[in-house]
Amino acid sequence: MPEIGKDKTADSLPEAVPFFNDPAKRAILFQLSAMLIFGLLGYYLITNTLANLERQAIATGLGFLEKESSFEIGESLISYSAADTYARALLVGVLNTLIVSFVGIILTVILGTFIGVARLSTNWLVSRIAAVYIEVFQDIPVLLQLFFWYAIFYELLPSPKEAFNPIAGVFLTNRGLVFAIPEAHPAHKYIAVAFFSGCVLVYLLRRWAKRRQEKTGRLFPVFRVSAGILLGLPVITWWLAGAPIAMDVPVLSGFNFKGGVNISPEFTALLLGLVLYTAAFVAEVVRAGIQSVSHGQTEAAMSMGLKSGQILNLVILPQALRVIIPPLTSQMLNLTKNSSLAVAIGYPDFVSVAGTTINQTGQAMEGIAMMMVVYLFFSLTTSAFMNWYNKKIALVER
Amino acid sequence: MNEDYRTTESEKLKPPVTSVGVIGWLKGNLFNSWFNSVLTIVTLYFLWITVPSFIRWAFVDSLWISTGAECHQAGGACWSIIPANIRFILFGFFPYESQWRPLLAMILLVGLLYYSQNRNHWKKSLAYAWILGLFIMGLLMKGGLFGLDSVESTQWGGLPLTLLLSVFGLTAAYPLGVVLALGRQSKMPAIKTVCVIYIELIRGVPLITLLFMSSVVFPLFLPEGITVNKILRAQAAIILFTAAYIAEVVRGGLQGMSKGQYEAAESLGLNYHQTMRLVILPQALKIVIPPTVSILISAFKDTSLVVIIALYDILKTTQSVLSDPKWMGFSAEAYIFIALIYFVCCFSMSNYSRRLEKELDRSL
Repeated sequence: MPEIGKDKTADSLPEAVPFFNDPAKRAILFQLSAMLIFGLLGYYLITNTLANLERQAIATGLGFLEKESSFEIGESLISYSAADTYARALLVGVLNTLIVSFVGIILTVILGTFIGVARLSTNWLVSRIAAVYIEVFQDIPVLLQLFFWYAIFYELLPSPKEAFNPIAGVFLTNRGLVFAIPEAHPAHKYIAVAFFSGCVLVYLLRRWAKRRQEKTGRLFPVFRVSAGILLGLPVITWWLAGAPIAMDVPVLSGFNFKGGVNISPEFTALLLGLVLYTAAFVAEVVRAGIQSVSHGQTEAAMSMGLKSGQILNLVILPQALRVIIPPLTSQMLNLTKNSSLAVAIGYPDFVSVAGTTINQTGQAMEGIAMMMVVYLFFSLTTSAFMNWYNKKIALVER
Repeated sequence: MNEDYRTTESEKLKPPVTSVGVIGWLKGNLFNSWFNSVLTIVTLYFLWITVPSFIRWAFVDSLWISTGAECHQAGGACWSIIPANIRFILFGFFPYESQWRPLLAMILLVGLLYYSQNRNHWKKSLAYAWILGLFIMGLLMKGGLFGLDSVESTQWGGLPLTLLLSVFGLTAAYPLGVVLALGRQSKMPAIKTVCVIYIELIRGVPLITLLFMSSVVFPLFLPEGITVNKILRAQAAIILFTAAYIAEVVRGGLQGMSKGQYEAAESLGLNYHQTMRLVILPQALKIVIPPTVSILISAFKDTSLVVIIALYDILKTTQSVLSDPKWMGFSAEAYIFIALIYFVCCFSMSNYSRRLEKELDRSL
């Protein structure tokens, strides 16, 4: 190998290496060819699509959003009629998806935590039941569970005439869950204001109490006082406004109930299915999180003389949450994405409304693109928020 | 002396009745504190209310072989809906007289899966057995060769369709996922960007949007006159979806490799392909076997979504039985049966994954 002797200096190396053996140049070549292949594929698909759209005389663009939708939507948070535009119909869909995901996430976290803690209970019976629950609900497709609850609603529950009435003012029928709410009263506004000012007050109080403890070491009973403020302020406002107790009780008239709030069977079945399914996964996440904090931590905290509430708040939870948050986020996202299965049981969520839009306008490309954008937006904002939160509670090492 | 006395005395003493045997177990596990005692009693009361009435409905008052009309009069569960319609639920519109073929294909699949459980069988021959097995399964389903009647794929349905979509979905998604994971770890910015965008895009949207896309948008992508059948399109959507999830799992394995492995391979003079094929991937893929099995489980469950684009998988065949006026109103029984099938499949897979995790833990 005479070349080795010649190329002693590093500068002369590049000339000796042909360009296809130089990793840097080869990488550029690779990327260019990959780009070229992707570009050609994209070009092929786009030309085909355009040709097909033209042949089938399908309009393109988002112009249809301004047109009249001319279809009804079963339930909606904002006022909507068939005379409104597609844009408004889609907004109704997005809001329906948001409400079911939001309520679902809250209930799932509560139920999942409860079952996760039950799984770790020293009570053999409770722990076994939790284990069976987790195993059964994880292993059955969520769509099947939705169908099951929906069918139960339709087949087992009575018609409004023979409504099942477990507590006064609450009726379970195959037309949904109907319950009484307080009758509209001007005091409600003030009660809401009182509650929100209570929240602000509690926030300020906590900050003050923390600062005082850091300075002087004196503890302040934050929990009891905040609970008092949060409950007390609205109650006092209610009492000052003359304590209105009139209830809007649902009354049977004709074939259905009038008055009160009616939650549709679709919504209830969807919520029930999503919550029961996702809670099984959340329970496993919570269990893993709690088990990740070693028992020594509890013992150390006890030996420092902390009370059991303090041990949980100051020692166990901060460490467990660090393990729990990332998988919990992905479960929340899963629930949001699975809420799209609403279309199968007829709850008008975003996918369902967008599907109807596609059927009516024929503009499948735009419809599907909107579905993807909306869910991507949900996913990206949730994970951005959770990343921020995760960073906030992450272990700060020296 | 003193010591001797103590030992003999303690040998004579038996543990108190309340800490051994059934009573001891009850005291230790159900009534070890006042809170747990209350909890036990409340739970027992709850079980006392629910379980007997369920057993009464499901077993005592139930009908197992009868017509729909008899069921409507009885009060209990109507399991008769299952035996009366079992062949349609399991095989859908597959020609009645050739339904032994999908049955044989399923038995073959289960046999192969069962054989592959044992890690001692993981050799090259097993891979060939799988290729041959999948080919035979395809042949049994499709027919048209060796004197078997050809069956259009539009007639496929029921459990074979569910299994087909998940098994072929995972087999095809796995290599694609590995390539995507390698792309995401790549140092070339263009390749990395494409892979990251693909993975995040797919993981951010629900499977159902991809299935919709396969059923309404995909036909627009193809030149005029070319059509791809619906099952194949749904299969493509499932593959593209699963691949993104596999890519993330494999990436976890790749990140778990220590830098020393790469450096050692480099110092041996291996190039990128050799490093990956001979050093990195065999180790990385081994670490991620358990999470891969959970992907398999969720892919299996997710195939049920094809109901929404009107493919006749096992859930859809059940629903069409339920829409028959003769059997209307027995959804709970039919869905419980389907749930049981899914449960048995998923439970055995997750059990297997747990066992494998333990075995691999020991060997690594």
